[in-house]
Amino acid sequence: MFHRFANPTRFLRFAAVIQPWIAAITVALIGSGLYLGLFNSPADYQQGETVRIMYVHVPSAWMALFCYSAMAGACAIALIWKHPLAELSAKATAPIGAGFTFLALVTGSLWGKPMWGTWWVWDARLTSMLVLLFLYLGYMALNNAFDDPARGAKSSSILALVGFVNVPIIKFSVDWWNTLHQPASVVKMTGPAIHASMLAPLLLIGVGFTTYYLWVMLIRIRYEVTANKIRTLQRRQAATGESQA
Amino acid sequence: MKRKHKRLTFVAIALLLLGTAAALVLAAFEDNIVFFYSPTDLAEKQVADGRRIRLGGLVEEGSVKISGGAITLFRVTDLKTTVAVSYKGLLPDLFREGQGVVAEGRLNAGVFTADEVLAKHDETYMPPEVAEALKKSGQWQGQDKK
Repeated sequence: MFHRFANPTRFLRFAAVIQPWIAAITVALIGSGLYLGLFNSPADYQQGETVRIMYVHVPSAWMALFCYSAMAGACAIALIWKHPLAELSAKATAPIGAGFTFLALVTGSLWGKPMWGTWWVWDARLTSMLVLLFLYLGYMALNNAFDDPARGAKSSSILALVGFVNVPIIKFSVDWWNTLHQPASVVKMTGPAIHASMLAPLLLIGVGFTTYYLWVMLIRIRYEVTANKIRTLQRRQAATGESQA
Repeated sequence: MKRKHKRLTFVAIALLLLGTAAALVLAAFEDNIVFFYSPTDLAEKQVADGRRIRLGGLVEEGSVKISGGAITLFRVTDLKTTVAVSYKGLLPDLFREGQGVVAEGRLNAGVFTADEVLAKHDETYMPPEVAEALKKSGQWQGQDKK
C-alpha cells in the first residue's frame, strides 16, 4: 500500500485532499492544549506557575527526536531502496526538526534560569540536544553543498544515519549519567510521574505538534515535487531549443 | 544477492558497528560525562583538595544555617555519605531542605566551598492540593518528607 503513495502524482492528489483536514486538526489540538495548559491547569507543588513552560518545552523535545528518527528512517529508505519520495521527505523534515530542537533548547533555557538557577550547563542531556541541532544544520548544509543534487542527497543521508547514534544517547542520557536535567516524567517504566490534569494538555500539544509536522511536510513535499517538475520541463525546453537552433 | 539487499546489509552492519563504537567510547569516558559526583563518589575517589568539581545530592533536612555575610552552610547527602558545604551568594528559588542540589566549587579540608549552587528537581509534577493529600494519607514518596 505504501508503494501506491510512493508515486509522486498519486501522492500529490492524496495530499491535496487531506491537507485542509490535517490543518484543522492541528489548530484544534494545539489551541485546546495551550488553553488548558496556560489557563486551565494547576500550578506545580514545587515550581508554581513556571511549570507551564513544560507544555511547549516537552512536546518540542519529543518532536526533535521524532523528526530526527523519521529523517534517519527516510534516509535509510532513500539509500537502500531508492524511493523518490523518501529523499524528499528527509529533506523536508530537517528544517522542521531543527526548528523544534531550537524551540526545546530556548524554552529549556528560559525554564532553567528560574528553576535551576542557570541558563545553560554542559550536562549530558543539554549537550546531546545541542549536538542534535548541529546534526540537523549539518544535514541541511551538506544536502545543499553539491552542484549535483544526487551526490548531496547521498552524503547527507549517510550523515543523518551516522548521527542517529545520538538519538538513544539523548533519550537515555538522564538515566545513564547523573545530570542536572531530571529523568523522563511521561515515558517511564512505572507510569507517568505527572498528574492527569497536567498530562492532558501536554499530550494534546504533543499530538498537535505531530499533526503540525505532517501538515508542514505535505506542503513542503508538494512544493518539492512541483519544483522538480518545473526543473524537468525547463531542461526539456532548453534541450529542444538547442536542437532547433 | 540483489543490489538493494547488499545495500541493506551494508547499512545494517555499519550502524551496528557504529553503535558499538559509540557505546564503548561513552563507557570509557563515563567519569567525564557525569555532571556531578555524589558525596559517596567523593569519598571513594579521594578527590584532591583544591580541584574544581561539582557535588550533587539532597540538602540534608535541618542542616541549612545562614551565617553572617550572606554565607549559607548546609550539608549535601546521598543518604549514605554527607558533605558539609559553605556557599556565599544568592540561592535559586528551588533550593530547600530535602531537595536536590548541585554545588560547584572546591573541597578544602573536608568542607566543600561552593561558588555556584544550582537546584535540581525530580520528574514528579502535581498540583499542590494533591501533594498535600498524599502527605496526609501517608502515601508521599517525594524527596522532601515535610
